[in-house]
Amino acid sequence: MLKINVNSYLCPALNFNHFILLLKKEFDIEFRQKTALNGIILFVLSTVFVSYLAFQHVIAPNVWNALFWIILLFGAIITASKSFLNEQKGRMLYNYFIYSPREVILSKIFYNSILLTFVSFLTLFLFSIFIGSVVQDLGTFSLILFLTSFGFSAILTLMAGISVKAGGSFTLTAILSFPLTFPMLLVAIKVSKLAIDGIAFSVCLQYLLVLLLLNLIVSILSFVLFPYLWHD
Amino acid sequence: MAKNWWKILAVLIVMYTIVAGFLLPVPRLDILNETIRSLYFHVPIWFAMLFLMGVSVYSSIMYLGSNKAKQDIVAVESANTGIAFSVLGILTGMLWARYTWGTWWTTDTKLNGVAITFLIYTAYFILRSSIEDEQKKARISAIYNIFAFVMMIVFIMILPRMSASLHPGNGGNPAFGKFDLDNTMRLVFYPACIAWIMIGCWIAQLRIRMEVLSKKILYDETV
Repeated sequence: MLKINVNSYLCPALNFNHFILLLKKEFDIEFRQKTALNGIILFVLSTVFVSYLAFQHVIAPNVWNALFWIILLFGAIITASKSFLNEQKGRMLYNYFIYSPREVILSKIFYNSILLTFVSFLTLFLFSIFIGSVVQDLGTFSLILFLTSFGFSAILTLMAGISVKAGGSFTLTAILSFPLTFPMLLVAIKVSKLAIDGIAFSVCLQYLLVLLLLNLIVSILSFVLFPYLWHD
Repeated sequence: MAKNWWKILAVLIVMYTIVAGFLLPVPRLDILNETIRSLYFHVPIWFAMLFLMGVSVYSSIMYLGSNKAKQDIVAVESANTGIAFSVLGILTGMLWARYTWGTWWTTDTKLNGVAITFLIYTAYFILRSSIEDEQKKARISAIYNIFAFVMMIVFIMILPRMSASLHPGNGGNPAFGKFDLDNTMRLVFYPACIAWIMIGCWIAQLRIRMEVLSKKILYDETV
């Protein structure tokens, strides 16, 4: 009976050069097409502008906070749900033979987190212009944005992979990822309210550590589970 | 009969906890008063739900390693039964909250966690129903199930510890800690936990058997 060593089949050693190559490929595709990036910029711009028109005046910090994270969550899902869609069939097969799944998921997570960091800072910038800047502790707030960008990208990349394999649509990605992003989102909302009010960093620190822990959990899960998804 | 003794035992113990739970004396605590008896039903039901979800995620992990269809059936049917138990847990909790907190539902980390757990597992079933191919369905949903389970543990075990919560067991509210539970209550509470877990396993087992049989009849597959 033919017996495949599951371990060596599923996780060949990580090759750092492959990872860089894949990451570069993602950026190349993005800069060649520019649809995803332009789409997401337009999405953020129009939602922020709609909120500006709807609210008219400078709004209370907790409303600002809620609105910011809702827009960011939707932006993140839209951004990440594209991560497997622009792979052509032939290239997918090519990647399948050349790279290990671990390299693929790592590169995609990093690419998405860079994109999401950009999107979140863009949202912050547009919010400051249109709705008013209420954040008092910008350093802590930026740290929160970095952490959530990475965590969201780890969750959403795997979910985008699942919904593509399921032949599903954008709706499926949203349904699958919404409840899974909630733990991180709730902690982020709580700590960013503290950062907005300018509370001392030592108070925020425990929430930031929880965010870090959640990041660790979701990235390990994505990293471990993706190979099973990749090998059809 | 030799195989079925534990089912009879489970039914007997649940009947005992219902009778004893309503009749035996309970400690007089402020606000809680008689509603403390809810502990005999609400908490064991959640334990049974967690146990079933644990079985489900265990079989999902096993499925990814072995690709046996039986494991997938065990995973999905335990999750199904677990979701039914979580509805029961929510309902008993709501009934208790109505008479202790004065409201059916309130914004509380533990309650939110439970609601989102429900959403996560509903998404799991939606994912399953959106894939046609049986093997693909089994593998992809196993991946999602593992992710979902870990997130559920984060949500109902870790996050409530971080913030103020009204729920017993959090923030100094009385729960089944060593100071709040007297020995008479233990006499009912511990058997209740075991019995409800056994009842959950029984229901899941029936569902698994039904699913295996229907596969056999419909597709002529032996699982």
